[in-house]
Amino acid sequence: MAPVMDGDLARQDAATMAAAMQGGEVTSVEVTQACLDRIDAVDGQVHAFLHVDRDAALETARGIDELRSTGAALGPLAGVPLALKDVLTMNGVPTTCGSRILEGWRPPYDSTVVERLRDAGVVILGKTNMDEFAMGSSTEHSAYGPTRNPWDLERIPGGSGGGSAAALAAFEAPLAIGTDTGGSIRQPAAVTGTVGVKPTYGGVSRYGLVALASSLDQAGPCARTVMDAALLHAVIAGHDPRDSTSIDAPVPDVVAAAKNADVRGMRIGLVRELGGEGYQEGVRQRFDEAVAILGDLGADVVEVSCPNFEYALAAYYLILPSEASSNLARFDGMRYGMRVGDDGQASVEEVMSQTREAGFGSEVKRRIMLGTYALSSGYYDAYYGQAQKVRTLITRDFAAAFDQADVLISPTAPTTAFRIGEKVDDPLAMYLNDIATIPVNLAGNCAMSIPIGLAPEDGLPVGLQIMAPALADDRLYRVGAALEQALVDKWGHELIEEVPAL
Amino acid sequence: MAQISREEVQHLAHLARLELTEEETAHYADQLSAIVEAVARVSDVAAQDIPPTSHPIPITNVYREDVAKPGLDRAELAAAAPSWEDDRFKVPRILGED
Repeated sequence: MAPVMDGDLARQDAATMAAAMQGGEVTSVEVTQACLDRIDAVDGQVHAFLHVDRDAALETARGIDELRSTGAALGPLAGVPLALKDVLTMNGVPTTCGSRILEGWRPPYDSTVVERLRDAGVVILGKTNMDEFAMGSSTEHSAYGPTRNPWDLERIPGGSGGGSAAALAAFEAPLAIGTDTGGSIRQPAAVTGTVGVKPTYGGVSRYGLVALASSLDQAGPCARTVMDAALLHAVIAGHDPRDSTSIDAPVPDVVAAAKNADVRGMRIGLVRELGGEGYQEGVRQRFDEAVAILGDLGADVVEVSCPNFEYALAAYYLILPSEASSNLARFDGMRYGMRVGDDGQASVEEVMSQTREAGFGSEVKRRIMLGTYALSSGYYDAYYGQAQKVRTLITRDFAAAFDQADVLISPTAPTTAFRIGEKVDDPLAMYLNDIATIPVNLAGNCAMSIPIGLAPEDGLPVGLQIMAPALADDRLYRVGAALEQALVDKWGHELIEEVPAL
Repeated sequence: MAQISREEVQHLAHLARLELTEEETAHYADQLSAIVEAVARVSDVAAQDIPPTSHPIPITNVYREDVAKPGLDRAELAAAAPSWEDDRFKVPRILGED
């Protein structure tokens, strides 16, 4: 391995940083400081972070360096910096979920994801921006202002995890954690030219993940390479007794799969319903080229049909608001967070209503009311009940498709990054961004987005989505790593190297 | 087309404990009507006898050992509370005046 130069430290991927630390070329303090310096230099423009936990990060890094100097056995990501989406609790560190209602709240406990990151010696740099309570596809619905896409600062970085994806693309951190309820890891990955994985539902503990829609939410790894995502996946995944939906089964060996990177003889299914009309020309072009590459690599590409996917978006926008309206009832201004209007005269109900009116933004209110409507008597059977049936049909479509193919692929998002402000008050247009990612959340299986090039018409990144059956997360990494390697060979560099200098 | 009136929006807002402004009420009436119209198509396919899915990976009867564990730190909870008195959360009055 070539020595890692200090000036380029923040641009290295996590595996390279880790190897350099293990080889004694750099320390975790140096790597962490390089990321903090980069945040200082560019985050004024990008606004990926809501909170930078500078001193604690450096202290963690010093601790890892000391441990390493004693010859202690450390995990593969020990000392590597990471950006944490602000929807996961971290003891004593502000956790806002992008909302005013939690401004200044410091949770008294760690989420399981954070606990596992700490146990692995990962250095948490801070908390990243997001659409309020993860409701959105652009990070414009953050109460603290939008995050900007490092590829073009006038454009959105995707959402809801736009902060995590932008932190990677701006070289502020080599690793990030996202959460994905309908595409909030994969769509930001696609529009920022990075890698994002939604693990199988139940694969990563939801303990300490502030709930949006409990039957859909899943935390997962974000990185600039498939291997880095695999290393992070291995750290955060696995059974947790504190989450009763956590799967009590071994985590698939995703790191071995990323090393294997061989698609010869694999059956790869093109989903007929996810593509074509409504997908941007350059997205389709890059996708078709990637399909041809997979064929050249020895995969058997077949077409599959999932006829009920066209109803996924409608079902999702009934199920998600229904669960969200219930989950967000906990923000009542009584035990934590904002309280408004408590003048000694107003009743608890008036204080709650004023607090929630002042503390929630427009998209959150919209979805709470939509969910309240869908669950109200007289409408329940027609909306929520029917949506749950659609969910069964989509799961059956996946099962049939996975009889014919080992993995399925599609474009991750129908378009490249759009301009900030373009869709912010047009909810139906905004919801369409997740048309290809939502089916996986409804069925609970796993998916990855990897960068496959820039759309010729606008020079912005395009993502390809790989979908695998529940508990077969390793297949994502096998296919993702193979395609990534072939593309890097073709381009002579990683796509992220083409991101304009900030 | 499913039309959600301003009165219905006000009712939903009350159920959800949101004190909307007049302007918000009008805006949401239009937007919610459009969204409900778009999502109503779930009825097109799912009218048949199909079992509902409430959870993607069904797991039932999850048990753990009944062992006492320390709870959250009281002083930290107090520090994060909007109002705290006598070791308890202090809340506004819960009964109306009439």
